[in-house]
Amino acid sequence: MSTVILLLVTGLGLGALYFLIASGLSLTYGLMRVLNFAHGIFLTVGGYASWWIAVRLPIGEPWRFLIALAGCMVVGAIVAAAVEVSLIRPLYRRHIEQVLVTVGLALAFTALVQGIFGPDPISYPAPGWTQGVTQLAGANIPNSRLLAIAVAAAVFLLLAAFLRFTRWGLIVRAGVENRSMVTALGIDVQRAFTLIFALGGVAAALAGALGALYFGNIDPQRGTATLIFAFIVIVIGGLGSFTGSVLAAVVVGLLQQFINYYSSVYWGFSAAGDLSVVLLLAVVLLWRPQGLLGRSVG
Amino acid sequence: MSAPTAIRTLLEVEDLHVHLGESHILQGVSFKVPAGGVTALLGRNGAGKTTTIKAILGLVGRSGSIRLSERELTRMPTHQIVRLGVGYVPEEREIFSELSVAENLKLAERDKKPRYDLVFELFPELQQRRAQAAGSLSGGQQQMVAIARALLNENQIILVDEPTKGLSPLMVTNAASALKRAAQAATLLLVEQNLQVARTLAEKVVVLDQGRVAYTGDVAELMADPALARRYLGVGGH
Amino acid sequence: MRQLRSRRSTIAALVVFGLLAAIPFADFEIPGLFNGLLSQPGPLQLLALCATFAGVALSYNLLFGYTGLLSFGHALYFSVGIYLTDILLTRYHWALLPALAMTFAAGIVLPLILGAVSLRVGGIAFAMVTLAFAQAGSILVYANPGRLTGGEEGLGLDVTRIPDFLIGVINTKNLYWIALGYLLLTFVVCWWAVNSRPGKVWQAIRENERRVEVMGLNPYVFKLLTFTLSGFLATLGGIVYLLLLGGATPGVTTANLSLALLLMVVLGGAGSLWGPALGGALYEYLDFRLLKLSSSSEIHSLPVWLRAPLAEPLFILGVLFILLVFFFPGGIAGIAGRLRRAGHR
Repeated sequence: MSTVILLLVTGLGLGALYFLIASGLSLTYGLMRVLNFAHGIFLTVGGYASWWIAVRLPIGEPWRFLIALAGCMVVGAIVAAAVEVSLIRPLYRRHIEQVLVTVGLALAFTALVQGIFGPDPISYPAPGWTQGVTQLAGANIPNSRLLAIAVAAAVFLLLAAFLRFTRWGLIVRAGVENRSMVTALGIDVQRAFTLIFALGGVAAALAGALGALYFGNIDPQRGTATLIFAFIVIVIGGLGSFTGSVLAAVVVGLLQQFINYYSSVYWGFSAAGDLSVVLLLAVVLLWRPQGLLGRSVG
Repeated sequence: MSAPTAIRTLLEVEDLHVHLGESHILQGVSFKVPAGGVTALLGRNGAGKTTTIKAILGLVGRSGSIRLSERELTRMPTHQIVRLGVGYVPEEREIFSELSVAENLKLAERDKKPRYDLVFELFPELQQRRAQAAGSLSGGQQQMVAIARALLNENQIILVDEPTKGLSPLMVTNAASALKRAAQAATLLLVEQNLQVARTLAEKVVVLDQGRVAYTGDVAELMADPALARRYLGVGGH
Repeated sequence: MRQLRSRRSTIAALVVFGLLAAIPFADFEIPGLFNGLLSQPGPLQLLALCATFAGVALSYNLLFGYTGLLSFGHALYFSVGIYLTDILLTRYHWALLPALAMTFAAGIVLPLILGAVSLRVGGIAFAMVTLAFAQAGSILVYANPGRLTGGEEGLGLDVTRIPDFLIGVINTKNLYWIALGYLLLTFVVCWWAVNSRPGKVWQAIRENERRVEVMGLNPYVFKLLTFTLSGFLATLGGIVYLLLLGGATPGVTTANLSLALLLMVVLGGAGSLWGPALGGALYEYLDFRLLKLSSSSEIHSLPVWLRAPLAEPLFILGVLFILLVFFFPGGIAGIAGRLRRAGHR
């Protein structure tokens, strides 16, 4: 039983990471119809920025961690906004070119990070309390997972509130449905693009920092590797659906965790969970191509 | 004959060309819309009426000149054109179905004091259904939202594209009287297939035929000549 | 006029391939580009690799350039060609011909099945699904189930299963000709795709799917055929690649290679005939040379902020890609076309 609790929480923790990186992707795609392949670099930036800040701050926990976290969020926002303004915006409405440019950026940036910091994983200076465990219904839950879940929940609530209660959120929700009509109401949608890009960058940077905590280290490929799962999440959840991405992130995280564990216990094969996520994608596509909460096409 | 009053030209379209894919939809459209009152934009299906409206707003690529109160629109992005005081009631209504009625209206606000009193006076139902998701409204109610959006702000000109399409006769009357009210405060450029509505509302008419202007003049003149009406509008001029 | 141009290009193509086939006899150097005589094994190996990637790029061009299907998982079928053949020969000790036959079959069946699922969606979702399937393949290879794939270390090819004329440095020229033959095959297939009736339909699909439906043709079937043919050609390329390298390494299964294929095609000019081939060859050449350059002493003497990016071939290629998309979306073929048109004026 305690194993199940542990798997449940760690699965949710994984889902939390997926949500953080998928939410920005989902909103960006919904609003701009751009598939941002470079979204993974925001995660990498977040991870490395938080590490870089943390190892240089001569102060104690928990302040060092919190400042590193805040710092990586700022860096994520700036990098994301810069990418949008310089690379995405000039290619407005040329969707294939936008995708291609983000692909090139992803390749170049990952290589750059690898060149500067080396290809090997760098150990992350995790604050002591995140290394500990909390007792929950007889299971020892690593605090890093609980932290990830808490942060993801907070981000979800903040984003949902943003969408629901602010004018820019209103603009985003309308723009996801009908971008050109929003401009026909006199609203400059381009600014909403930059805003959403930046918000996505912040969420992904958080995923990078928390992921570094989760795995104990950061490496240049982490962004791309996680991004692929984020893509799967948003397709399963329904492209452009914010709530869909939440639901799918949870499902994917739990599925991956449970199957990875039991398959490694019974068959010594620990990657079955990852594979079953891909299988889930295939099943969803065959049964409901628009995703779980996506809108029917046509 | 009384002394002619100087009629100001509000909107001037000159040599407007629009290509969509391989089709040359608008082939040098030129016309003027006088300030005040309603100008109807008529023509058969496919003549290019909706494309003209979209071209004015910059929603499609176009070449030529479009001047609103002497300001050249063709170099401006859509949202900037709209902010000059251009209202828009699209052919397909294009309200945001995931948003509530109130949110649809809120999104359309531009001025400091949006005219909710006018809107709710014309469409009291919208006030009742403020919290309802716009996607669950009937066709007629959605049209109310679409027209209300254009009435909320002070506009120089309102571009209205087939506002009575698909509406019941009662709703058509409602829409027509709302537009009549709107015309008191703003110039209207009205695309209409329902000639009765066009005749009731409009004084001037511009007729498009296969991407070109075929006739400009007074509505009364056009309707009084059944042969002319039939040729350009494809109907018996009812 | 069209006839004349197509006859002229056929002759040009034959001449080019003839010249390329004669390279193993070319006892001269091209300093700066290649180390040593062109007929020596070193340059020949590099040229053979370039030819292989040119062919694989052409197979991807069939999918993306001609039919407009943006797949991010093409490397999967390439990897199948490499790994399946290697596993059958090395782990199961099959003879060469049965192993090849099996890989051929897989090269048809796998893209057929995966394509049938992936093509249920279009556009971005399709791209994501192809990426996911390729990633699944990559996971499988790295996980090394039953110790079949060799995991991270890769799987060396058991050369006792390969006929003698394909083994050894002396026989590099044979491998070169096989690679060239593969390139010729993909070239012919692409040429046929452009000029035949199915080819015209394919291109129509890229332009306007609805029009194709109106004509009474089912776009889905055509897309699936393209997907399968393209995958099969990539698998063939994988077999050639395996023979050239004498082993399989898991790096080919990663998304990086699929993205690199995209880069090759865009570099050369998507939808043109010889552009992507040139793009593939160029990419492989640059990748090889940049790798050598990055470990050279000149680079190491640079300050770290210059050295870091220049030492990574993918950085240069990624930046090149971005510049291409912005300034030369037609790729090399686009530039050549513009020059040709300018010359005619």
